[in-house]
Amino acid sequence: MHLNAFLLLAAFLFCTGVYGALARKNAVLVLMSIELILNAVNVNLVAFGAFQRSIVGHIFALFVVAIAAAEVGVGLAIVLLIYRNRHSIDLTEVDLMKG
Amino acid sequence: MLTAAASTDLNTVEYVVFGVIAASMAIAAIRVVTAKNIVHAALYLVVVLAGVAALYVMLAAEFIAVVQVLVYIGAIVVLLLFGTMLTRAPIGTTSDLDNEQRGVSLVVSLFLLGVLGWTLTKAFGWSHMPETPVQRTADVGNSIFQSFVIPFEVVSILLLAALVGAVVIARRD
Repeated sequence: MHLNAFLLLAAFLFCTGVYGALARKNAVLVLMSIELILNAVNVNLVAFGAFQRSIVGHIFALFVVAIAAAEVGVGLAIVLLIYRNRHSIDLTEVDLMKG
Repeated sequence: MLTAAASTDLNTVEYVVFGVIAASMAIAAIRVVTAKNIVHAALYLVVVLAGVAALYVMLAAEFIAVVQVLVYIGAIVVLLLFGTMLTRAPIGTTSDLDNEQRGVSLVVSLFLLGVLGWTLTKAFGWSHMPETPVQRTADVGNSIFQSFVIPFEVVSILLLAALVGAVVIARRD
């Protein structure tokens, strides 16, 4: 098995996630795209861990999973708050900080 | 003890399996970011996450594969679906999910893919994975509780803070 097979697939997932995070305007869909990005990074970590015959890649991936769970929890709470205040989760309307 | 021919066969099988997983993940990932229905996007996300778990199995990382299924498919997707329902996002087909930056986003992500692909091919070329021994769960546990105790504790405090923070932010008062 080539190492690059995993790395290129992860790069593709990452770029798809970046496209989704930039092009979507529904907040929940942006959170899904961020999950794609985090998973791509995790695939990289585990692939490099296997390549180096080291377990540290797995440990890092586990920490990333834990932090992704925290991120989704807080992110959805923020989305709920935005919805409660504005009755919409359209991110193009959340532009109070625009100059 | 594998003969050379049997090992070549095994390699071919490995590539076929990888190709099937990679193709379904790629299609599902594109559907996640282009679907016109939020619930469909979440279900395609399940396909991508299951594919990542299958990749972990191929990389002989059993514990992280199980964690992937439990945490991502079991918890995070459900949380995202809850978010969809609680915000009364349009359930059903709608064309109003993308903003007007689609063209620019496509250019940015294709450029990023080109740069990453070029760099990875240049850096790692055709280097092969070594024969990886299965990373047993006991090894992962030993490593976390010996070398990585302090990061582990920090992550548990972070999770607690995120839990309390989510409750405080979303509380109705």
